[in-house]
Amino acid sequence: MRRFTSFNLVALVFGFAFLYLPILILIIYSFNASRIVTVWGGFSTRWYVELMHNESILDAAWVTLRVGLLSATIATFLGTLAALALVRGGRFWGRTLFSGMVFAPLVMPEVITGLSLLLLFVAINFDRGFWTVTIAHITFSMCFVAVVVQSRLLSFDRSLEEAALDLGATPVKTFFAVTLPLIAPAVVAGWMLAFSLSLDDLVIASFTTGPGATTLPMKIYSQVRRGVTPEINAVCTILVALVTMGVLTASIIGKARAPARAP
Amino acid sequence: MHALRSFLARRVVIAIPYLWLAVFFLAPFLIVLKISFSATAIAMPPYTPVFDGLATLWERVQDLSFDNYVWLTEDALYIKAYLSSVKIALISTVITLFIGYPLALAMARAPDRIRPILLMAIILPFWTSFLIRVYAWIGILKPEGLLNQLLLSLGLIDQPLTIINTDWAVYIGIVYSYLPFMVLPLYATLEKMDYRLIEAANDLGATPFGAFWKITVPLSVPGILAGSLLVFIPAVGEFVIPDLLGGSDTLMIGRTLWVEFFYNRDWPVASAVAIVLLLLLVVPIVIFQKMQQRASS
Repeated sequence: MRRFTSFNLVALVFGFAFLYLPILILIIYSFNASRIVTVWGGFSTRWYVELMHNESILDAAWVTLRVGLLSATIATFLGTLAALALVRGGRFWGRTLFSGMVFAPLVMPEVITGLSLLLLFVAINFDRGFWTVTIAHITFSMCFVAVVVQSRLLSFDRSLEEAALDLGATPVKTFFAVTLPLIAPAVVAGWMLAFSLSLDDLVIASFTTGPGATTLPMKIYSQVRRGVTPEINAVCTILVALVTMGVLTASIIGKARAPARAP
Repeated sequence: MHALRSFLARRVVIAIPYLWLAVFFLAPFLIVLKISFSATAIAMPPYTPVFDGLATLWERVQDLSFDNYVWLTEDALYIKAYLSSVKIALISTVITLFIGYPLALAMARAPDRIRPILLMAIILPFWTSFLIRVYAWIGILKPEGLLNQLLLSLGLIDQPLTIINTDWAVYIGIVYSYLPFMVLPLYATLEKMDYRLIEAANDLGATPFGAFWKITVPLSVPGILAGSLLVFIPAVGEFVIPDLLGGSDTLMIGRTLWVEFFYNRDWPVASAVAIVLLLLLVVPIVIFQKMQQRASS
């Protein structure tokens, strides 16, 4: 029998207060009527209205969304293939190098990933902008997708695939009829992870971007360096709300699916 | 026919991600390595090529220059930056452990029904933007920020504390940003723990703290190590947190590299800084891998 003591309760309350209070304060102050960030001047939504008229922030948001959707989709495709290669690929030439390349970006400092990709784009004379940021995001987020999908591939029952093969399905058909539906939750989770990594990235985008491709984190960063502004509070609140809704939706969908899955 | 098709399919499955990573991960890395051995020149791109042209191997080897690396050891700034990155990452990791451990323990001991909710609540901040979470602390830690207002109104201090732009703000930023990374592996090991061991210790007359110190802590060592490495490794190369919360005297290597590249435009030195930083991180990563292998066997 586990005992939940009052000390445990205190730890929980303090721990979660520490995690959530800063974000909560940010949200509250985004509705502050006063321009001075630290003075409460009554409730108002004026910063959200101003935000809707701020072309440069809206542009940056649009760029970020396009980069995120495109890079997450391609990264999910590549990462799933990489996971399949690692788990089902058998022995192939340069396997160690391949798995090294899949896992290295997970622990590479972002500054190094960004710097090395920029030097590549300069070396091959590739115009920097939307596409270079997208390629950079695909490259580092596909590795996260690969790890998520790989753990799912390792954990499910291979006899289902063998049954399909015994019943005369081709390996390719087996993949689409049996394997893919089984790893689908991991693929979806991988896509979400890749998308949120792309939305969140400042360092790699700063290195690999060019004129006309300023992402939202870069915009926020350049504003923040000049000081805290209520508009940025409003941007951050919207982002937090979107992410929270996304994560909650995903978990509810996951729960709804859970009974349908075989134990 | 089928056999041929599936053979080809397997080849394609492996080849696509392999090629992508070779072009966009391995090649860039080799370019960084190459540039770190080239001499600085005021040109665009700001480096003189080393391996271009059809020089013989011997000539190439002669052309290699360790100047950038020598430069790193001669200028005290870089050594200071490396050391201070490791120091800041270490201190932050220890603080994260002290905050994360009681939290993970409480989550593991919580009633079964609310545990998934608590887990969700730990993961949620991790999904919200890193930049936003760091930014939130600026408003709290500023001299006229919320923390100082609170402490002043409570009469605990009579002068605003200077926290922002000091190393303390960087510790707070790192601890806050990486806390979920510490809590999750700790929670995983603590939740699996056999609680009967604690009961046995209590039956044999151990105090609650004695049982915790002699049983819970030793059994959770794998979680402690995994969590600490997950915080320490990214913290060493951290750029955003020291840049936004730290002061001008907060030296961290990620930021040094950024400045070297964007402001001084010295690509070879920036590349050398990157290579040395990677070498620095190889050690804890190898330890981590060894641990993972041990855990899986």
